[in-house]
Amino acid sequence: MPQLPEHLLRRSAEAKAKAQGRPVEEILAEMKGEEAPAAPAQGTGDRDQVTGGEGRDLDAEAGKYGVPRPLLERAMFARAKADGTAVPAMAGAPAEQAAAVSSQASAAAAVAAPAAPVGPPPGVRTQRLLTVVKAGAIQGTGTEPQDKVNVWPHLLAIEFVALLAMLAFLTLLSAYVDAPLLEFANFNEQPNPSKAPWYFLGLQELLAYFDPQVAGVIIPGFGVAALAFIPYIDRNPSIRPADRKFAISLFTVFFVGASVLTIFGSFFRGPGFNFVFPWTDGIFFDDLRTILE
Amino acid sequence: MADGNGRVGIKEAVTGMAGHLRKSQVWNSIFRPGSPMRSDNSDSPRNRSYVVMNNVLYHLHPVKVKRHGVRLSYTLCLGGLSFFLFILLTITGIFLMFYYRPTSPQAYFDMQALATDIAFGQLVRNMHRWGAHVMVLTVFLHMTRVFYHGAYKPPREFNWVVGIVLLLLTLLLSFTGYLLPWDQLALWAVTVGSNMAAYTPVFGDQVTFALIGGIQITADTLLRWYVLHVLFLPFIIVIFMAVHFWRVRKDGGLSGPL
Ligand code: HEM
Repeated sequence: MPQLPEHLLRRSAEAKAKAQGRPVEEILAEMKGEEAPAAPAQGTGDRDQVTGGEGRDLDAEAGKYGVPRPLLERAMFARAKADGTAVPAMAGAPAEQAAAVSSQASAAAAVAAPAAPVGPPPGVRTQRLLTVVKAGAIQGTGTEPQDKVNVWPHLLAIEFVALLAMLAFLTLLSAYVDAPLLEFANFNEQPNPSKAPWYFLGLQELLAYFDPQVAGVIIPGFGVAALAFIPYIDRNPSIRPADRKFAISLFTVFFVGASVLTIFGSFFRGPGFNFVFPWTDGIFFDDLRTILE
Repeated sequence: MADGNGRVGIKEAVTGMAGHLRKSQVWNSIFRPGSPMRSDNSDSPRNRSYVVMNNVLYHLHPVKVKRHGVRLSYTLCLGGLSFFLFILLTITGIFLMFYYRPTSPQAYFDMQALATDIAFGQLVRNMHRWGAHVMVLTVFLHMTRVFYHGAYKPPREFNWVVGIVLLLLTLLLSFTGYLLPWDQLALWAVTVGSNMAAYTPVFGDQVTFALIGGIQITADTLLRWYVLHVLFLPFIIVIFMAVHFWRVRKDGGLSGPL
């Protein structure tokens, strides 16, 4: 048997003792088997004293518990040895097998007492304990159990309602307001003002302040790159708002800035992309003109 | 049940037939065990799991999600609505394709015909256009809510990048569609937009040339943008959406709770 660290054996014995409700020491001895020199002196040769004690019918027990008889025998010897008691008489043992067992045992005892290993009886397969691994090391995932709910019906119901609400909103809007359609495209007649689609009006607004290179290329280019790299720039692991004041402020500046520029370009710019007040000069915003009219 | 004259009422006949249908092999082959559509369904935790697990939905949703994730106030459903709008735009867009020719001047006449000659043509066109505007909004707001939740932090960094690609693709889809009505609004808005591309350092002229298929916008641009709008960009965005949704699940579902 490979050398098992004492503390592992002990832990395993304790677990087994707890499970079976037996004393730890007894199980420990059983596990160490013949290797353990702990048994009292008179116990070592007990194997051939097949006398005394209440007799046990091993064949009957084997049938009853479904345990092979040789194993029962072995356990009986081991326990007897550990306890230092005599092995109870075995009733119903086939004569030659009993003889074989006892002679083998006595020979072994004679040669190598007190620590002579006894091999398994014929026909019994043994298993070696290679290592003991704490259950947590293999199976533990380290995640705490989470408060979860079934997707059906909880999430799907909400999604469905959101979908219906959006569909209703769009259908109603579309029933009452037509999409704009101006005159046929005319290359010779540029409307004044000419505005980009609304989501680019923030950029067009920037064109009013900066050189086209800056407003049209550098700012949007770096803007998108900065957005895309946010996760690699912001190395702060916390998601609590209190820990992210700087990141949140920065993004809020971006969000408000983009919104203000877009609204400005949409509603406050008139002919020649000059500044107008929508409430006095009118709205020059064709994307929504059918809605606003 | 029979009425006083021994005849079977229409209502009974219909419920009876529906009952038979719901027990038929055909029906049960369509709706897998656990589906609320089946006659043998009952509400149990196991069947609630089966509704998702035994269903094509399993490609999108796990069986269970964190409790805070289903609260409407967490996502405001913005990602889901962006996706729904994309589906809606695909459906209405296919409808429009039946009646639209990307050539000049037919494109413009087809837009007029949608309003006058085609049943529900104007309604569908309106939904397609307003829906596109709303989608740009929801995608942008979705990004904003993801930022404020810090949901781009490990392990979700890459999904944020995928999201940025989705945002750009959404803008491009909207912008390419903008030209298609071939009216003054379309022509000049796109002119202003693509003039910005001309300021690209070094390659400005080449970028513009590739974008509008010439040195100025012509009917060739219309065809080019049409193909980008109905085929190329949707194809690309679907791929990125698939990756996006897959990553949401592989990154452990929604982030949080805060
Ligand atoms: C076509 C555009 C988009 C669609 C259809 C879409 C769809 C979705 C959906 C359905 C979710 C699940 C949670 C939710 O509904 O909020 C989600 C999560 C997420 N999205 Fe998007 N998204 C899009 C664009 C974006 C953009 C522009 C970004 C950011 C730049 C982004 C980043 C994320 C991230 C990081 C998550 C995980 C959130 C979390 O774990 O809380 N997505 N997306």
